[in-house]
Amino acid sequence: MPDGNWALASLRKLFTSGYYARTLWFTFWQAAVSTVLTLVLALPGAYVVSHYQFPGKKLLQAFATVPFVLPTVVVATAFQALLGSRGMINVLLQKLFGFSEGPLQINHSVLLVLLAHVFFNYTVILRIVGGFWARLDPSIAEAARVLGASSVRVFFKVTLPLLKPAILASTLLVFIFCFSSFGVILILGGPRLATIEVEIYRQAVHLFNLPMAAALSLIQIVFILLMMWVYTALQRKQVVTLGPAAGSGVQVPVRSLKDRLWVGGNVMLIMLLVGTPLFGLVLRSFLSETGLSLVFYKALFENTVQSIFYVPPLEAVLYSCGFALVTLLFSVVIGLLAAQFLSLSKGRLSALFDPIFMLPLSTSAVTLGFGFIIALDRPPLNLRTSLILVPLAHTLVAFPFVVRSVLPALRSIPQSLKESASLLGASPFRVWWAVELPIIGRSLIVGAVFAFTISLGEFGATVFVARPQTPTMPLAIYRFLGQPGAMNYGQAMAMSSLLMLVTASGFLLLEKLRVEGQGEF
Amino acid sequence: MSILDVNNLAKVIESDLVLQNINLTLQDSEILCLLGPSGCGKTTLLRLICGLETPDSGNILYEGRDIKPVDPHLRNFGMMFQEFALFPHKNVFENVVFGLRVKNWQESEIRKRAEAVLALVGLTELSQRNVNELSGGERQRVALARSLAPQPRLLLLDEPMGSLDRVLRERLLTDLQRILKQIRITTIFVTHDHNEAFAIADRIAVFNAGQIEQIDRPQDLYKKPANRFVASFLGFQNLISGTVSAAGGIETPLGIAHLQQSVPEAGKKVTLLIRPEAAHLYDLSTTTVPGELLVTAQIKDIRFQGTEYRLSVRTESGECLVVNLPNDIQAPEAGQQVRLGLKESAMSVIEA
Repeated sequence: MPDGNWALASLRKLFTSGYYARTLWFTFWQAAVSTVLTLVLALPGAYVVSHYQFPGKKLLQAFATVPFVLPTVVVATAFQALLGSRGMINVLLQKLFGFSEGPLQINHSVLLVLLAHVFFNYTVILRIVGGFWARLDPSIAEAARVLGASSVRVFFKVTLPLLKPAILASTLLVFIFCFSSFGVILILGGPRLATIEVEIYRQAVHLFNLPMAAALSLIQIVFILLMMWVYTALQRKQVVTLGPAAGSGVQVPVRSLKDRLWVGGNVMLIMLLVGTPLFGLVLRSFLSETGLSLVFYKALFENTVQSIFYVPPLEAVLYSCGFALVTLLFSVVIGLLAAQFLSLSKGRLSALFDPIFMLPLSTSAVTLGFGFIIALDRPPLNLRTSLILVPLAHTLVAFPFVVRSVLPALRSIPQSLKESASLLGASPFRVWWAVELPIIGRSLIVGAVFAFTISLGEFGATVFVARPQTPTMPLAIYRFLGQPGAMNYGQAMAMSSLLMLVTASGFLLLEKLRVEGQGEF
Repeated sequence: MSILDVNNLAKVIESDLVLQNINLTLQDSEILCLLGPSGCGKTTLLRLICGLETPDSGNILYEGRDIKPVDPHLRNFGMMFQEFALFPHKNVFENVVFGLRVKNWQESEIRKRAEAVLALVGLTELSQRNVNELSGGERQRVALARSLAPQPRLLLLDEPMGSLDRVLRERLLTDLQRILKQIRITTIFVTHDHNEAFAIADRIAVFNAGQIEQIDRPQDLYKKPANRFVASFLGFQNLISGTVSAAGGIETPLGIAHLQQSVPEAGKKVTLLIRPEAAHLYDLSTTTVPGELLVTAQIKDIRFQGTEYRLSVRTESGECLVVNLPNDIQAPEAGQQVRLGLKESAMSVIEA
């Protein structure tokens, strides 16, 4: 801020005005409730995936992860498609019982927001707790059993305390995600619900109250950094307690009735929770007044000018792909350089820069976007109107993922391998080209696909930095949703479905490429 | 009276028959060793006995009653796991008293019992220590104390020495022996090391591929292994094929051995086991020694092992033998021709 008093003044207003206190409070409680709900629903699932072996388990886990990689805009749209006032359920009820309008009116309600958050984050707890649970030495629980503890007692006295670091870490992560939730609240929450993140956006874009937006951003950053700090501390602890000797539990096939109920119940839950909104979205995108048709998809590619703001949807698709490609290129180059630097620098230097490279991950997207327009709007770097701003912002969000996937691979290359190559006569560049690059190649591709899909789906930062004439797909979806009429609504559904198709296939490609146990996510 | 009876037990895991035809009885305060290579089903048998697995057929009786319906936490058996399975979130004391806490012992009784078992295993000073900071030997003793604390009716030890280095293993083995003798607890001890089994067991059951090959006292097992598998698992290397002659001798490429023990009927193919302590060194001019089989052999390798020399030799007939000689002899050199006498009292006939 150019003037410190400004920020102080708005900070004071933050705490004296009831509105901002309510926003803060809402941000907190919706995040807390979403987190608890997610934990309660996902913990049984974590038990099932860590203890049972059943056909289709890998597929189910990948399926449960799809929501997490979907753009928030798509998730929000999917819930609209299912439960909104014009959603599938309402359309169905209208058709069946002849209601004049949808009887289910939970649009713009907290319930829808909470549901979307559970849908989004279910897999975080499933993956982290399930993975940790599977590596717990089963003989520890068995030892407790033989010593005389009933199975309920074993769970509460032994298993739960042992799972604690994983449960805490994953719930904290979910809490952070919900705390800084943007797209979901903006689309599903309606005008009356706002988290700090949404408020930053409104203050900056709608009310042009930049000092207030900055003050809110600061509060947000402080909270999130605090939680990230706790999170990394917990993650370190997780490593300590398990130690290198951590075994792998035995996964048993489904046999008894009890097994079947456990596995069946959780598979059903995942299908219901993840499947129905996605199915609803796709179905809704094909459902016009006259029944199933491709009319919305066709409209996306037709150049019918309706207003002066109008940008043909096809252009949004092209902009998105273009931005994503540039982001991919930037992220790979910067990410590779950063990873090389981290792997070569020893001790303090690497310990210092490692978290710094991670910083964009822990700051929220809206804050990043906001920071971009404040920082880059005056000479010598006046990029506000430049097309390059969007991929730059996306790169900032995406390159940490490249670093995270490449670094473990780089570190796994033994020094002797490079040394023997250079003793055999290879120049430093040749060593890198012929030895290092092929070894990290797979991880690099993983990072690149990550960067591409992140760029495609990015919403929070894009909403700040993109020019009205150059919208991306998520922005176009958001605009469609904000305009009246079945045609716009249908086009939002159609474009969300397309975006989902691209990101989900990107993710499935990642799952195939990912070397088991390598890379950090 | 027998404490534990295992009858015709069988267990299938993922369509693999990991145990079959298991029959065992265990007397009060007896120490039984299950000896066998890894993956032969020893651990599975322990898990069946303590109730962590259920048998697919057969039954297990404790004091004459079938324990199938009894949940593992109500059986009051103690089990020490292979990697000890200490609770990483509890300190030494809390680990040891876990079994007492879940059985709702009085706090004062808990303290008393904990002090007693910690003293028994010699860990009194470490009671407040975090278990992640303990050495391997200390962890092993915590695990033992934890399984002994609730005064189990039966103690099951799954490779308790498995993850320790050799020197530590020998010392702790002596400790374990002392403790088990002191509290006179009925014990089943799983190991793949025959030296451990010999050191601790009253009886040994040798396992192979899910079946029991032989159950015997250690000395009987050593003198008369039931078959080639048992013999080679006990570390015997000199197993020579032969046939029973009409006169009751054993015809082998080394010559005819006349054994004191009873032999199968004439014409049967057998294996002659020559234990390494059978050998004596003689002058090349010696032709007969009563009770010994004389062979001429070339020394391939000779190694001083402290208490004895260990020789690898090839006999004139082409058999390779490994034998021990006392450490006070004038040691021959590799390549030298020697005459060895093999005491017939140190040989056994086993099934082919």
